[in-house]
Amino acid sequence: MELLNDVFTAKAIFIGIVFAITLGVAAYSTYFERKIAAFMQDRIGPDRAGPFGILQPLADAVKMFMKEDFIPANSNKWLFIAGPCLSMLTALMTSAVVPFGDTVTISGVTFDLQGIDVNIGILWVFGIVSLGVYGILVGGWASNNKYSLLGAIRAASQNISYELAMGMSIIAILMLSGSLSTKAIVETQQAGHWNILQQPLGFVIFLICAFAECNRTPFDLPECETELIGGYHTEYSSMKLGFYLFAEYINMFISGAVMATLFFGGYDYPGYAYIAAQLGSNAATFIGMGALIGKALLFVFVFMWVRWTLPRFRYDQLMGLGWTGLIPLSMFNVVVTGFGILIDQPILAGVGGIVILLVGLIVNDALSRKKKIA
Amino acid sequence: MKLSNKTKVLEQGEMTLAERMYLPAIVGGMATTLKHFFSKPVTIRYPEQQRYLGPIYRGHHILKKDEQGAERCTACGLCAVACPAEAISMVAEERKKGEEHLYREEKYAKVYEINMLRCIFCGLCEEACPKEAIFLRHDKMVPVFNTRDEVIYGKDKLVENMDQRYLRDGWK
Repeated sequence: MELLNDVFTAKAIFIGIVFAITLGVAAYSTYFERKIAAFMQDRIGPDRAGPFGILQPLADAVKMFMKEDFIPANSNKWLFIAGPCLSMLTALMTSAVVPFGDTVTISGVTFDLQGIDVNIGILWVFGIVSLGVYGILVGGWASNNKYSLLGAIRAASQNISYELAMGMSIIAILMLSGSLSTKAIVETQQAGHWNILQQPLGFVIFLICAFAECNRTPFDLPECETELIGGYHTEYSSMKLGFYLFAEYINMFISGAVMATLFFGGYDYPGYAYIAAQLGSNAATFIGMGALIGKALLFVFVFMWVRWTLPRFRYDQLMGLGWTGLIPLSMFNVVVTGFGILIDQPILAGVGGIVILLVGLIVNDALSRKKKIA
Repeated sequence: MKLSNKTKVLEQGEMTLAERMYLPAIVGGMATTLKHFFSKPVTIRYPEQQRYLGPIYRGHHILKKDEQGAERCTACGLCAVACPAEAISMVAEERKKGEEHLYREEKYAKVYEINMLRCIFCGLCEEACPKEAIFLRHDKMVPVFNTRDEVIYGKDKLVENMDQRYLRDGWK
């Protein structure tokens, strides 16, 4: 009974820490988003609130709370409130299965640095991410506004389209690890055997799909200002709007963490064994947690970097890319991975797959060009 | 017939494979933004940092004094006539005995007022002035005002301070 209590307390503390880190990272993502945008446009960005503008998220939060909390007269009031709450809830639930570190042993009791190690880990992520679109859909529908509804419909169809390609790219990972558990996936990648070496094509597909799932530029059509005013959050104001925006940043951080888990060895880093031998396994584990968060933040930077580089897709381009580009590509990736497992050379197969793909595209291009001249 | 023979018909052929794949162009674009990420910002933090606006910038008005510290203005009213916005008004007064060190000419402006809400900073008063008395300074702007009674600037704000004389680039 005592042991159970200890485990329960440790889990509660760990979940609290992950919660705090996630919210903190999301709050400061808003600040760094603006800073990075400014630097990429040769500007300085927010620098008035505190030194280097470091208190800007606080000022933004105060602003958000002080604004009028408006609910449209003909909206469905309860669903209107439920929308942002659902978005926030699903965004925060995803982090439960991300393994933030290996085990920690404190006074003889061993704890996992992971919310829950369920054997369907990666399916959990998928399920919750799919639920995440309900927040947008419910909010957009409850607003009783054409633009909001259009934005919500766009979000739903976009998420469904890109989830297929994303699932296919994960199947290749599952073929390599042989398990759905995120912990097992990370454990097969220890000591530098990162999946990115065996799955370069799978990673590119997953990255593009992650952009689409997070509704980030160039796939931010649900909130496309030029066509839909504000998309699904047109009617939202005050902290309800804040929740939607906040959920987006949390999703970015979590999808960065998931990408690090699936493709970049999770909490693995060069010299893990050396540090574990020198400073003990607990220190190595905590540094590993830092490494995972660092990798996730790197992906957050990439998300922002892409946002301030690329313009938005047109909706037919988005659908075309998803259905005719990424899904066949991820099927090809599954076949190549299977071949790699068959000949027991997964890295060779991964690189060979890309080479074959490029050669095939170039040959096809050359052939179709000749036909046109003749 | 064409007006000039400089017209070039742009022929855009079919997109090449690399162009249709998007990715090379995306990588190129991201390299561009990364280059700018590390380049120096061009921002000037305005109230703290100010850029040099040139020797002939038309800013805050000033009523010059001569070398002896006597006001140059003789209240002829040519600036008020020249002013397209009718921002200048003045009351003339005859110089008394013993005031020679204060006023250069026999007549001077007892009241000299510029309405800064009306002023358009065109500099025509400066051009009209025969006594080289009024100038628009290049180094100072009229500060922001919040109420209407701050708007009219009298001689207290306009006459040159002999401790901080105004010198424009190119003057001795």
